[in-house]
Amino acid sequence: MTAAPALRPAPSARRPRRTAGPTTNPVPYVVAVVLIGLMLAPVAYIILGGFRTNAQITTDPSGLPAPWNVGNYLDVLTGGIFWNEVLNSLIAALATTVGAVVLGLMASYVLARYTFRGRGALYAIFASGLMFPLTVAITPLYIVIKNLGLMNSLAGVIIPQIAFALPTTIIILVPFLRAIPDEIQEAAFIDGCSRLGFFWRMVVRLSMPGVITVGILAFIASWNSYLLPLFILNDSATFTLPLGVQAFSSQYSVDTAKVLAFTSLSMIPALVFFSLFERRIVGGLTGAVKG
Amino acid sequence: MTVRESSLPGQLGQADPRAQGGGVAVPAAPPAARKGRGLGWSGRLEVAILVGPALLVFLAFVIYPVVMAAYYGFFSWQGFGAPTDFVGFRNYLTIIQDPTFLEALGHNATIVVLSLVLQGPIAILVALLLNRKLRGQSLIRVLIFVPYVISEVVVGTGWSLMLQGNGAVNGLLEKVGLGTLTQDWLANPDIAMWTLMAIITWKYIGFAVILFLAGLQGIPEELSEAAAIDGASYWQIQRRITLPLLGPTLRIWAFLSIIGSLQLFDLVYIIWGQYIASTAGTSTMATYLVANGRNSGNYGYGNAVAVVLFVISLVVALVYQRYVLNRDTAGAITGGKK
Repeated sequence: MTAAPALRPAPSARRPRRTAGPTTNPVPYVVAVVLIGLMLAPVAYIILGGFRTNAQITTDPSGLPAPWNVGNYLDVLTGGIFWNEVLNSLIAALATTVGAVVLGLMASYVLARYTFRGRGALYAIFASGLMFPLTVAITPLYIVIKNLGLMNSLAGVIIPQIAFALPTTIIILVPFLRAIPDEIQEAAFIDGCSRLGFFWRMVVRLSMPGVITVGILAFIASWNSYLLPLFILNDSATFTLPLGVQAFSSQYSVDTAKVLAFTSLSMIPALVFFSLFERRIVGGLTGAVKG
Repeated sequence: MTVRESSLPGQLGQADPRAQGGGVAVPAAPPAARKGRGLGWSGRLEVAILVGPALLVFLAFVIYPVVMAAYYGFFSWQGFGAPTDFVGFRNYLTIIQDPTFLEALGHNATIVVLSLVLQGPIAILVALLLNRKLRGQSLIRVLIFVPYVISEVVVGTGWSLMLQGNGAVNGLLEKVGLGTLTQDWLANPDIAMWTLMAIITWKYIGFAVILFLAGLQGIPEELSEAAAIDGASYWQIQRRITLPLLGPTLRIWAFLSIIGSLQLFDLVYIIWGQYIASTAGTSTMATYLVANGRNSGNYGYGNAVAVVLFVISLVVALVYQRYVLNRDTAGAITGGKK
């Protein structure tokens, strides 16, 4: 899903409710266990499959590794291709995140705290970006990138990704920045702080929760993005992980075990990142519909 | 949470982070009470410096390509040099007469409907059951959410290996004595759409559950307590009180789901590839766009398809917003054009 207009920072302090202890009714637990089983089984299949040999997979496609075999994982980890793609994905995701947050924060600050003619129109222009999915713009975008000479370079992926991350970023950050009390701003001005000084000294710090939320969204979107790299990156040295997984799985289509090992390794960074920021991500999404 | 008046319309929900115990007890001062109504030269310069970079990048890489897509759509153009072969609406005529496109459009419509019908009820039921104090609550939520975080490429690669003729799904069926149910899940046109729906449900249902759980948290408990005292059963309470109050959440989820379904690309393209997708009956407008645009060198035509896809999404979004969403959030999608 690309559209994410409903994202909103989660409220930090929730009304305390339900003073009783955990329910003793077994039904919710059974449902939760069944659901989690269904959710994780395919993931487990990919990870466990990487520990099997092709012979094992052929004779019993749904079995467990017997014996366990780490050769596939070692092959991938020592191969160089994988690490190169991890690095590319990391560069693209970090640069996209930084770019979207910096540009978005600057623009949001103006939209939230300056009064000038055309402010509403400016906001509407950015917000309209939610209506333009990457899919629609992909062909002309490809031509723009080609004309700029950015084909087969990570910059050719990063810059459009920043542009497409801006609407969500701005829509989430503007209310955050507007909520900074005027009293703080007035106090800062009285103390001789300029508007820009106020921005650097106060705004950036006070809007950290919002910044983290939009940063994570931009990072994950970039980490998982497929269509844009598919058009821009044709040289396998510049592949990001999603392209790499696909290329690897068609190149080694007979070596199922190795494909599974490669796939599960490429999944790990996203899962680690997710578990680190789980509260923020789920919180950011769930804050969406509150209020 | 308070809803505050705003001089900028069009934000969903208008949550005010200030009202969440940030230590400011003053009831939201009108934001218009800012210094400096008209900006001086230095003020304008600041605005330009701060907004300029974002606006430039946004206009160059979002708005310009979208506008160019509309322009290129009127040409027969192979992508080299400037387009010169103006064909008017011929591309659009070809699109709406191409049975392959109409099939893809039909698939998109099926996916829209089935996504709502399959994910909605399941997610509501699960959210209702999980909306109570449970042991390991946060772990449960995280694990349900895992498929949503994994990239489409990984999901597609993993599932296509599992669903092969000699893959794990058929292997498992034979093992538990259901060998008669084994199928060619991906290539059989009678089944492929349902396979796709199963994968979509698996991947995106966690998002729906998490969203609904958040919505349920916002419903005051006093209501159901009062109903319980009046003798309402658990399911009566859910049906008569919880579900109606969950309405705004459901409508926003449905909106996101519909738009996502209309623009579905990654999963289909990775699992079925550009050519098999249409014979298996899972092609979408977006895979049609890529297959008949760039992959066959017809850039003008591909752009016309993009415009059609965009117009369909826009019409659906506006209609939905006009008739369904308007009671919740006015102007959220159109960026404030109330």
